Amino acid sequence: MADLFTIEDLRLSLPDMTKKPLLGQAPRIDILKGLSFTLPKGEILGIVGGSGSGKSTLGRAMVRLLEPTGGRILFDGQDITHLDEDGLRPLRRRFQMIFQDPMSSLNPRHRVGQIIAAPLSLHGFADVPARVMDALDHVGLSRGFANRYPHELSGGQRQRVGIARAIALRPEFILADEIVSGLDVSSQAQVLNLLEGLVQELGLTLAFISHDLSVIRRLCSRVLVLYQGEIVENAATAEVFDAPKAAYTRELLDAIPLPDPDQVWT
Amino acid sequence: MSFLAIKGLSARLRDTSFPILRDVFLSVEAGEVHGLVGESGAGKSMIGKALLGILPTSIEITHGTIELDGVDLLRLPPAERRRRIGATAALIPQDPLTALNPSRRIGPQITDRLVDILGWARSTAEARARELLDEVHIPDPVRVMRSYPHELSGGMRQRILIASAFAAEPKLIVADEPTTALDVTVQKQILKLIAEMQARHGTALLFVTHDLGVVSKVCQSLSVLYGGMVVERTTVRDFFREPAHSYSRALLAATPKYTDPLASLTPVPETVIAAVQAEVAAHDRSQRNG
Ligand SMILES: Nc1ncnc2c1ncn2[C@@H]1O[C@H](COP(=O)(O)OP(=O)(O)OP(=O)(O)O)[C@@H](O)[C@H]1O
Ligand SMILES: Nc1ncnc2c1ncn2[C@@H]1O[C@H](COP(=O)(O)OP(=O)(O)OP(=O)(O)O)[C@@H](O)[C@H]1O
Ligand SMILES: [Mg+2]
Ligand SMILES: [Mg+2]
Repeated sequence: MADLFTIEDLRLSLPDMTKKPLLGQAPRIDILKGLSFTLPKGEILGIVGGSGSGKSTLGRAMVRLLEPTGGRILFDGQDITHLDEDGLRPLRRRFQMIFQDPMSSLNPRHRVGQIIAAPLSLHGFADVPARVMDALDHVGLSRGFANRYPHELSGGQRQRVGIARAIALRPEFILADEIVSGLDVSSQAQVLNLLEGLVQELGLTLAFISHDLSVIRRLCSRVLVLYQGEIVENAATAEVFDAPKAAYTRELLDAIPLPDPDQVWT
Repeated sequence: MSFLAIKGLSARLRDTSFPILRDVFLSVEAGEVHGLVGESGAGKSMIGKALLGILPTSIEITHGTIELDGVDLLRLPPAERRRRIGATAALIPQDPLTALNPSRRIGPQITDRLVDILGWARSTAEARARELLDEVHIPDPVRVMRSYPHELSGGMRQRILIASAFAAEPKLIVADEPTTALDVTVQKQILKLIAEMQARHGTALLFVTHDLGVVSKVCQSLSVLYGGMVVERTTVRDFFREPAHSYSRALLAATPKYTDPLASLTPVPETVIAAVQAEVAAHDRSQRNG
């Protein structure tokens, strides 16, 4: 199948404000150090790696919330590496992001219905109310939820509102950054099953950032392992888990606490 | 006699009387690690807060006893209770970023409690802090004590909170999701460290988490909570081998295992929720009638 993303030698550096001298420019730190990979349409790509390895930075570069300092990002054949806001506007609907903390990304003073409707109106969709209801149906929330406020929802329900808001726009690509980390196992299972269903139903392509490798194994078709801003492993999920090539991947696998009292942790 | 014995503890929201904890019985022996699991909102953190005397003011305890080392905390006058809790119990909090004051150096953040609450001499407290930072494998403790929190990584900050919790040789530590903010390799180091410190100091540990994988690595026994009620109390071995309650089995079925990728992930089914809610309702009725 065709590639939705083609990423070539992606580099990103940021000024290190903690080391900025009183006068003059802050030194730059390299955060992404030349990443190359492709993401075929319809795949679920897992992105794993230690804290600070560059997962969120990579995700934010892919949806162009950050501008790369080197290399190229092709989205559906179009070079989006240095597009300005005007150039990005028509693309903004086509890629969506869902964040870890649903509470801070949902306006507490707006009802769920308004929260899902706002980006639809912004992008000039017709039939906004019908699309809001359709999105709620898709994420398994009854239509009555449209009248609730975020603080009246459980963590799992809030996360589903975030997903509903993203899929209402019928995007082609969704970036999910640690979206199940704060959830209990039951809500987590619901959200994972939901995402899996949506990818098939709506023909989505998904990049899923997580530090939980059991979740990645369950959900993703491919896995990218980052270590200090570089890709150390990029392969089909089964291959990464059954025959990891990088020592760092092995280390990650060994650190997963299995729900099994007989597993010995060395 | 158990080191910590919570008996019939019930708590509710002050303004609406909504039950937060329902007749909780729970005991932890010296040197034991006891897990508290259950879905979000089940009341795990509230149990820890009740025994550390830090419940939100909107919540009141209506019944029960919390015996720490043979003394019922709830019957002590407030000042005496605070002193006793300060001397015998401590907390390892979830989020190392918000738990440390960003504008103060690490050293005093560890030693203040020892000096102010326990009346240690500053120099004794500082020596103790250095010793503990060494125990949690922090290189160059002297330099770290002069550092500010933002100059340290998340894993180092969590180590400092662990050192700080053990500083006054508490007999009981409440660890409330101490590793959820960390990546797996750091989580593993921190869990091993907590186990090592706990064994060395013979501390009883109440370990709050919703990660059953973590429970299986650090706990010997656990209580499963739903709606502020303990639905099952068991050993870790029995919980994973033959969980007695349908809700416990459902939690296990909802937990992904990377070694078993094809197993379907089942959220806790509606029927199981209905059954456990019926138990909670039956409990509430028996309270009213009894
Ligand atoms: N605005 C910024 N200025 C300077 N450094 C930054 C900035 N944002 C991120 N970094 C640094 O870039 C590196 C990668 O950060 P990033 O947030 O992408 O990591 P991550 O893999 O998502 O980590 P985590 O698992 O903790 O979320 C880190 O070392 C971080 O400190
Ligand atoms: N400050 C507060 N005021 C009133 N009610 C509260 C407060 N904090 C928590 N609650 C309520 O008390 C109940 C138990 O909450 P608790 O924080 O103990 O849950 P938990 O099991 O620790 O969940 P989580 O896994 O999400 O941390 C919940 O119904 C919650 O909404
Ligand atoms: Mg991140
Ligand atoms: Mg809690």
